Amino acid sequence: MSSQHYKWIGTRPNRPDGADKVTGRARFGADFNMPGQLVGKVLRSPHAHARIKSIDTSKAEALHGVKAVVTAKDFPEQPNQIVPAGEMQANLRDVTRNVMAREKALYDGHAVAAVAATTSEIASEALALIKVDYEVLPHVIDVDDAMKDGAPILHDHLRTDGLTPPSDKPTNIAKRLEFVKGDIAAGLAKADVVIEREYKTAAVHQGYIEPHATLASATEDGQVQVWSTTQGHFQVRGFCSRLLNIETSQIRVTATEIGGGFGGKTVVYLEPVAIRLSQKSGKPVKMVMERSEVFRASGPTSGGTLRVKIGATRDGRIVAADTTIALQSGAFPGSPVGPACMCSFACYDIDNIKVIGFDVVSNRPKVAAYRAPGAPIAAWAVESTIDLVAEALRMDPIDLRLKNAARKGTKTHYGPTFNTIGMVETLEAAKNSPHYKTPVKPGHARGVAAGFWFNVGADSSAAAHVGEDGTVTVISGNPDIGGSRASLALMAAETLGVDYDKVRPVIADTSSIGFNFVTGGSRVTFATGLAVVNAVRDMIENLKGRAAKIWEVEPDAVIWENGYAKPASSNVGKFEPLSLAQLAAQAGKTGGPINGHAQLNAQGAGPGFGVHIVDLSVDRDTGIVTVERYTAAQDVGTAIHPSYVEGQLQGGVAQGVGWALNEEYIYDAKGRLQNAGFLDYRMPVASDLPMIETVLVEVPNPSHPYGVRGVGEVPIVPPMAAIGNAIARATEVRMLDLPMSPPRLSAALDAMAPKRAAE
Amino acid sequence: MSKLHVTTTINGEPTEFLCDARETMLDVLRDRLGLTGTKEGCGSGDCGACSITVDGRLVCACLMFGAEAEGSQIGTIEGLAEGEKLHPLQKRFIELAALQCGICTPGFLVAAKALLDRNKNPTETEVRYWLAGNLCRCTGYDKIIRAVMDVAAELRGATR
Repeated sequence: MSSQHYKWIGTRPNRPDGADKVTGRARFGADFNMPGQLVGKVLRSPHAHARIKSIDTSKAEALHGVKAVVTAKDFPEQPNQIVPAGEMQANLRDVTRNVMAREKALYDGHAVAAVAATTSEIASEALALIKVDYEVLPHVIDVDDAMKDGAPILHDHLRTDGLTPPSDKPTNIAKRLEFVKGDIAAGLAKADVVIEREYKTAAVHQGYIEPHATLASATEDGQVQVWSTTQGHFQVRGFCSRLLNIETSQIRVTATEIGGGFGGKTVVYLEPVAIRLSQKSGKPVKMVMERSEVFRASGPTSGGTLRVKIGATRDGRIVAADTTIALQSGAFPGSPVGPACMCSFACYDIDNIKVIGFDVVSNRPKVAAYRAPGAPIAAWAVESTIDLVAEALRMDPIDLRLKNAARKGTKTHYGPTFNTIGMVETLEAAKNSPHYKTPVKPGHARGVAAGFWFNVGADSSAAAHVGEDGTVTVISGNPDIGGSRASLALMAAETLGVDYDKVRPVIADTSSIGFNFVTGGSRVTFATGLAVVNAVRDMIENLKGRAAKIWEVEPDAVIWENGYAKPASSNVGKFEPLSLAQLAAQAGKTGGPINGHAQLNAQGAGPGFGVHIVDLSVDRDTGIVTVERYTAAQDVGTAIHPSYVEGQLQGGVAQGVGWALNEEYIYDAKGRLQNAGFLDYRMPVASDLPMIETVLVEVPNPSHPYGVRGVGEVPIVPPMAAIGNAIARATEVRMLDLPMSPPRLSAALDAMAPKRAAE
Repeated sequence: MSKLHVTTTINGEPTEFLCDARETMLDVLRDRLGLTGTKEGCGSGDCGACSITVDGRLVCACLMFGAEAEGSQIGTIEGLAEGEKLHPLQKRFIELAALQCGICTPGFLVAAKALLDRNKNPTETEVRYWLAGNLCRCTGYDKIIRAVMDVAAELRGATR
């Protein structure tokens, strides 16, 4: 609807990096090389929890071809405090220990040493020569076990933050959170139906196809260059600066093309190690993780245990909503329990809400962000429970949600009051979709679920330069992970009134543009888009000034329209409009190069809502679920490039299907990860999925000139519950634990069988 | 260790290289020949990012020794376009936004071409199963499948 009065926004041109990416020319993390580079490799702990008594690297160092070896001793100690590191909050004490284990190895795969050698084979040989004397300690994997009294303690200094009164007992519970709105007991007292269940989810990995990779070159004068596959090269710079005591201006980080991240490439693993190895060896050092290292040592998202209690009146009004969410943070504090708590009931307008959250450490890799961090976990439990309420009330699941939907003016349990949002519109769009209007086929069952994500604004910088022929370069600083070059160029072309192909978007390194927060939080098209629009507007002011100079009139007597400077009115005088090319040709005579700049902290990221519908069938013998039809409806603000918006929805759904039906971290009794490869950690393949229908609901965000809302994260929130709800209808078995994999579902069906036979 | 001398043809060009006996074709392509369009996602034949053709057969380069290329015709993503003209699959992938991050794209294109070389008129199910050896984590496969089906129809039209 909003695209009608735009020339470029809402169209589907080819992406500017398309030819590079279909020909193999695009250079990703592992595609960068320097003359004389060494190969860096990491030695990883085989134990889930072990004290490192000593590390003997002498034999490795003596091996011919080995140029440097590092252990935790090569990284300065960091304070136990939360500090901003490249705009992210991080406890540097923990970050440096995650990069390289110090006193203890805290998970299977934890880095304990690294080498740089002339060849990959020599580096591997050197790793085998490093002798680590471990004292193996009792470990704990499961979040419930980690919370018990007497559980193995990971960090002796850790106390639970947020307890009243404070406790001085060593614990694995890093934090307790509480959000209360209204009076939960009074709400429950009004309810005609109360449903309470306990749910579990498994840790799942982002599963980006490109492993972490970096190339670092430290020179003798203290300067450092890094090429890294990352969602935030400014974050890489910030972390490396802090962890290695190097000034930010001495570090120049170039973001390579990035082969997926989904939140998992917002932190550092290899970069500080590669820099240190390069400093010690005097050579460039390249490091690439193997797939097993990606699984064992880079952040999955949390698994957790959740209890949900929802009370509703007979007419379908939810009057009380209560949940407790305990999430794994991995070996160091910092799970997404905060956003999980905040997103839990954000889709709904409920008077009485109580949410308690726990952040719990255990002997697993430190979790990293994964697409709407925390929200899908909460939604699995909440949306399953809401489905049970709908069943109990014999109400259509979309009607129940419509009756309780959040809208403009709804005050959330975590504080803010919603401005213009599209939850109602999205529910109605789902209800009116061809999918929902089609009767469920025999043998299939249908499930519905909703989801919410805040979306993020934050810091962005952008610049726009006019070339001497009047074409434009737009420079920003966010790695393009899924078509953002195209959306930025579309907004620049729209603002400037020139053709899309006259605007060339470029992603600059950390030394060539001002600070940009990560590509994450669904923020790039919103926040960096805003910076690009403002930079172009700044450039337009400049262009108007040049025309004024040529015409010898006041700058405010000039307007900018469709790519031309024109007199504001006939009173100004009779002047032929001046094109960008004409103004560029005379730039030298009118004040020099014509550029625009903008920097901002973007406020007002519009929250997004999604409603998903799935039809599926269940093979009762094997427990195999086949997704037969899937529709994702979402409030997307304005779809700047609709194909890439649809793609975000489709990709989120596919990851959600994997999370629902197959994906999980599996540990053995010794706390070792058993499925650190794509064969055993089974992500959806093309033959597992149908086409994924999308319904783009455009409710423009009032805080953006083109109405942009983030779109990338919402679509992973609803799928698990939508699928669980459909399975419950197909089988009468309500699955409470993820994943609903064939062995688990078939066991649950078998457990039901005697009951069914008796009936 | 002494190196093996291998004579082969890559994207139509006669090519010679020296490699270690343990070295995979993927490492040869990427590290010795500078053909980095072929990607490594897993190193175990599970993701298809390193898909190449060997004498017309679709192969994961990470599961093949470099020495096995002796006397073969190897096809990689770098050989898909003809001069400055993109292959219809490449063109359609861009037009239909069948890629997001793009890391799996070379593998998908090589695999899809191998399919269309064999089967001019694949059903959606056939395309989905043929490409089941290629992982994509971004797109949900929808636009990839559509692009391949579209190109198959286009190529059938062109040869009619």
